[in-house]
Amino acid sequence: MESPFRSEAAAFRFLLITIGGFALIVVASLISAWLGFAVFLLLTVAAVGIYLRQRGERPPRQQVAHLSPPDEHRVLVVANETVGGEELMKEIGELALAGRTKFHVVCPALNSRLKTWTSDSDAAREAAQERLDTTLRRLSAVGIEATGEVGDLDPLVAIEDAIRIFHPDEIVISTHPVGKSNWLERGVVSAARERFDLDVTHVVVDLEAQARAQGSESAPADADPRGNP
Amino acid sequence: MTSHAEAAAHHHGPPIANQSSRVDARVLGMLLFIASETMLFGSFFTVYFFVRVANPDAPSTWPPPPYHFPVFVAGVNTAILVTSSFTMHWALQSIKRGNRPAFLAGMTLTFLMGLAFLLTQLVEYLHVGFNTSSGAFASVFFGLTGLHGAHVFVGLTLLGMVLVRGFRGHFSPQHHHGVELPGIYWHFVDVMWIVVYSAVYLL
Repeated sequence: MESPFRSEAAAFRFLLITIGGFALIVVASLISAWLGFAVFLLLTVAAVGIYLRQRGERPPRQQVAHLSPPDEHRVLVVANETVGGEELMKEIGELALAGRTKFHVVCPALNSRLKTWTSDSDAAREAAQERLDTTLRRLSAVGIEATGEVGDLDPLVAIEDAIRIFHPDEIVISTHPVGKSNWLERGVVSAARERFDLDVTHVVVDLEAQARAQGSESAPADADPRGNP
Repeated sequence: MTSHAEAAAHHHGPPIANQSSRVDARVLGMLLFIASETMLFGSFFTVYFFVRVANPDAPSTWPPPPYHFPVFVAGVNTAILVTSSFTMHWALQSIKRGNRPAFLAGMTLTFLMGLAFLLTQLVEYLHVGFNTSSGAFASVFFGLTGLHGAHVFVGLTLLGMVLVRGFRGHFSPQHHHGVELPGIYWHFVDVMWIVVYSAVYLL
């Protein structure tokens, strides 16, 4: 539900509703104190009902202006823990080879609800910044120039923020596999497809499988540093 | 590589604000302020309901005899304050449409009606026939109406600043945020008065 004080016009409407509501309560109270109380309860229930109904409504689909030159394709990459994943790097590599592509990487600063409420977000932002810097260095090492930023902890808000400054043609969202991904459980990818008038590519990065593969590759050396089989 | 970190490294002064909210920062500030104000009024209303309802020694009639609240004068005062919200809304709509004379007329009327409300309340205090030592009900009455009066005073200060700026040629259809925010505050003050008047004087 939007705040009744989000603008002067909204506040003015809220004032008129308040006058109407309290006029009803006062008139009912003059008839009977219990009737006044009943009207008060009824209006409160109605207000809660309107609040719940409005909260369920989805925001309208957002049109994104295509401001890039005709031969340039802008890709917004949204990832956090999976930002350095092989699958994501592969997808970025394929997009880079397809033509003149500009990348902007956003790492939402994931944080716990309690820490968010208490504004304790420094550690989360630092961790996200570290992951972002590592990824940008990796991309730069293979000749892909990209910009990046740490975004809001809500990935949809982070996407919205980035869209305002980057105006992408496509969004790539990287997540953990189903069952391990908090973003998938919250329906971030489907919500992004509904909310933004852009192509949304979903890349699944399995960091555990990646770690296992790397472990098995280096296993003989790890098992015996002296080089024995 | 162009990352936020590199940009921040060349940045002097306070850290760059994180642009995470969909709400304009100034409007968000006003929302947070109004939320805190609602809690402040809520604490005063808690006292009011305790004195009037939950207290075992609560008077059977409100206010307790032989005192009376000036319901009619306060009603006229309420009408003045509500009308000032209409003129405030008119003023903002006028500046949005580029109608400067109407904007200035609306702001002047809003300010004068706000001032009339405050002065009438002061006169009401002088003639109400009781003071803060007359009992808990009187403390609640002066506490709630006085708290609201203090907010009207703050609102009038804001409106006065808008008025001065308006007469100096500030604000335009593109730039009227300085009118919008005092407008939100003024309507909030009005909403709170509707609640105070209904609860204290009428119910």
